Amino acid sequence: MSIILKTEKLRVEFTSSEFRQSTKVALSGLDLEVNVGEVFGFLGPNGAGKTTAINVLLGFVPPTRGAAYLFGIDVRQPIARQRIGYLPEMTYYYKFLTAEELLRFYAKIFGLSRTETDQRIDQLLKLVELEPARKRPIKSYSKGMQQRIGLAQALINNPDLLILDEPTSGLDPLGRMKVREIIQRLKNEGKTVFFSSHELGEVETICDRVAIINQGELKAVGTVAGITGQRASLEKAFLDIIGYQLQPAS
Amino acid sequence: MKTIFALAGVTLKELYRRKDFYVLFIITILICLVMASVNIFNDEKIIRYLKEISLLLIWISALVIAITTTARQIPAERENRTLLPLLAKPLTRTQLVLGKFFGCWFACGLTLVCFYIFFGALAESREHQLPLLNYFQAAALHWFMLGIVVAISLLGSLVFAAPSSNSTICFVFVAAILTVGRHIGQVALTLPEPSRSIAYSIYYAIPHLELFDVRDLIIHDWPLIAWKYFGLAVLYALAYISAFLVAACLVFRRKAVN
Repeated sequence: MSIILKTEKLRVEFTSSEFRQSTKVALSGLDLEVNVGEVFGFLGPNGAGKTTAINVLLGFVPPTRGAAYLFGIDVRQPIARQRIGYLPEMTYYYKFLTAEELLRFYAKIFGLSRTETDQRIDQLLKLVELEPARKRPIKSYSKGMQQRIGLAQALINNPDLLILDEPTSGLDPLGRMKVREIIQRLKNEGKTVFFSSHELGEVETICDRVAIINQGELKAVGTVAGITGQRASLEKAFLDIIGYQLQPAS
Repeated sequence: MKTIFALAGVTLKELYRRKDFYVLFIITILICLVMASVNIFNDEKIIRYLKEISLLLIWISALVIAITTTARQIPAERENRTLLPLLAKPLTRTQLVLGKFFGCWFACGLTLVCFYIFFGALAESREHQLPLLNYFQAAALHWFMLGIVVAISLLGSLVFAAPSSNSTICFVFVAAILTVGRHIGQVALTLPEPSRSIAYSIYYAIPHLELFDVRDLIIHDWPLIAWKYFGLAVLYALAYISAFLVAACLVFRRKAVN
């Protein structure tokens, strides 16, 4: 299997700019490999370093040490982002644009032709079920609709790799189900999906492999079945791996 | 280039879909209309004072639009997190800065076109003459001056955290240059060393925005500026715009976006 996403001994340190400078290690020696066509879940408690790892992969944050590659290209090169789609957590898209205008804008950045753009917009708005609201300004959208238009913008270039940062966070059960369905459909189309999540149930359902990080360090990586092992669920395995002890109810 | 103009297009759309521009435009128009309708002492030449006050209003309004529109561009992208999906595309930070710059500068250009057309129509109705080339030179130099202001505000938006502090600093900086910039050289002559060298350095380093203030061309129907000097002023503006944009790109390149 060919590798689509790779990190090598990734280390990220943040230095506080306040008077008494302190250094926080956000990632420490992260080694990850994601293969073509898999749905890869990236798990960890809040503050574990999931978003930092994604930020490095997208070139938002430079690594202190180590390297990251997408399609074998160093992530610091803008060309590495030509075939990826990215959905950030909790984004408020340009409120003064309509869904159609937003997608057209992102299509222009990718240099898509007018015909290609029109076709792609029609397909995507149908996929995310926003066809009836295509001419409405985004400011009138609900949270779920905003998340779906976010997913549509991530897919505008028909990417081979999709990076999703907590795609279902803050959504109601119906919204979550819709996002899950879309990921499932992308998986069936052979796309690679790399996503961070706290929803272990959905990770269990749709992921081929998962990685668990805690305090910036990779604790486990493997198939869902492999990580769960003899434990009752992925949730139990997750808690064991990050070293959380359940307290018996008094 | 396509990417840069796509970004500029969104910035332009934002300007005309927001209310700020219309509010300023309507206020300026109302004040100018009131000014134009007065007829003090039946003096025919009073129109020059009215033109001066109206043009001053247009200058202030254009500065407000240029600084406030530019100052919020990148901070708003950060706050709403739209910067993340944007930079996740094959887009360099330099392209983003240039897209924002051109969007804001073109927006200022459109604003100026509206203001000057309205002002020209008003002046023509009173004076029954419209020296088009004078208007062109005054408006074009005004636009290039706003280009420098937009580039300064863009750099400020990457240096200062809050758009409000950036706007205030930019207003003070631009107002200081417009009012006292030309006198720093004379003041330097009266100072002892090393203050003199410092004052001279400031005098030669700051962009002399007052050079672009040729409102008298319209107010007093002065003869046209020689095209050679007009061209030099444009080159002067482009040099400062480039310098501020290079500085903005360098600052942005080092910034972590998270």
